[in-house]
Amino acid sequence: MITPSQTVGPYFSLGLLQPPANELVPGGMLITGRVLDGAGKPVPDAMVEIWQADEEGRYHAGFGWGRSGCDHDGRYSFVTCKPGSVEGQAPHLTVMVFARGLLKAVLTRMYFPDEEAANAADRVLSSIEDPSPLVAHATDEGLEFDIRLQGDDATVFFAV
Amino acid sequence: MSRAVPILEAVRDDEGPHPPYLYPEYRSTVLRAPERPLLLLPHTLSELTGPVYGHESVGELDHDLTRQHDGEPLGERIIVTGRVTDSAGHPVRSSLIEIWQANAAGRYRHEVDQHPAPVDPNFTGAGRCLTNDDGRYQFVTVKPGAYPWRNHPNAWRPAHIHLSLFGRAFTNRLVTQMYFPGDPLFEFDPIFQSVRDPNARERLICEFDLEQTVPEWALAFRFDIVLGGPAETPLEP
Repeated sequence: MITPSQTVGPYFSLGLLQPPANELVPGGMLITGRVLDGAGKPVPDAMVEIWQADEEGRYHAGFGWGRSGCDHDGRYSFVTCKPGSVEGQAPHLTVMVFARGLLKAVLTRMYFPDEEAANAADRVLSSIEDPSPLVAHATDEGLEFDIRLQGDDATVFFAV
Repeated sequence: MSRAVPILEAVRDDEGPHPPYLYPEYRSTVLRAPERPLLLLPHTLSELTGPVYGHESVGELDHDLTRQHDGEPLGERIIVTGRVTDSAGHPVRSSLIEIWQANAAGRYRHEVDQHPAPVDPNFTGAGRCLTNDDGRYQFVTVKPGAYPWRNHPNAWRPAHIHLSLFGRAFTNRLVTQMYFPGDPLFEFDPIFQSVRDPNARERLICEFDLEQTVPEWALAFRFDIVLGGPAETPLEP
């Protein structure tokens, strides 16, 4: 029997946030956003992890993983590159969120706003009734991707 | 307008060994648990691959939480050891395990922890190590204390060590907590009780391991971990 998950709790920064691991590509693109709860309030004690392919759409064991804590505003951030297409899918990041109150991590994907055609053809995105919560927004600094745990505009979460 | 699209299967959240997202007895789940059914992802390379992390940064003494300061921490010195396998029983080799915990008095070295128990200047409470070729790992630490929290009146967490693991695939990531045998707080702890199957709950409790104790130095506890989820042949680093 597999070992069950338990919440990461409120004190994980003690063990998980040193050294910082949110800069995958120095000088790369900023991807940031807030983690929000069902009352629309920030979740400052969340941890966000990403896993992505490189710019050619290849996964490497030694590249493509990142981890960010959240600030008082629930904001996480990564500096990375845009991944290439993997197996014909639209470019995306795999995203996991851990927090006090999450007895197991939530799993989602972030897609890119400048990939309209690829997004429309993507077999995951096109299978979702309203995929808009999974597509980041462009800002002057980079990309903004909020993760809403609950509500009408909640992020779509996956199982594997 | 209707599109002929394959619909991703919705998955129930009230089955299996993991706790559900919503477990109202653990109050913080109420505003954080996803409300809609999870959608089952196809297993693409994004789901079947994962990072190898920590090989450059794990120091020789990072697994020993009793040797990170000038003096030794107070408390009962223990060895925590075990084996990490996948659901087919194969060892998960050369994989990073990160742990964090309260000190022997039940106090975390963290600004949010206001429990009026002493901070131990000789104990940070964080460690890391890599599994060996047989999936085995070992930490040396002190037994953490129980501590109060504000989930409900007179709420106490049973003594536990937090663990974070990377399987072969990123989607196998596991964060869990290891508890100690015979703790009288189990039946009152909603985080432990959120695991519905009593056999699965047993998987969260380590076993006293006489064989691994070091005479006249430390007791030992064994905690084996089985990771679920999809995996393919590991990527070359």
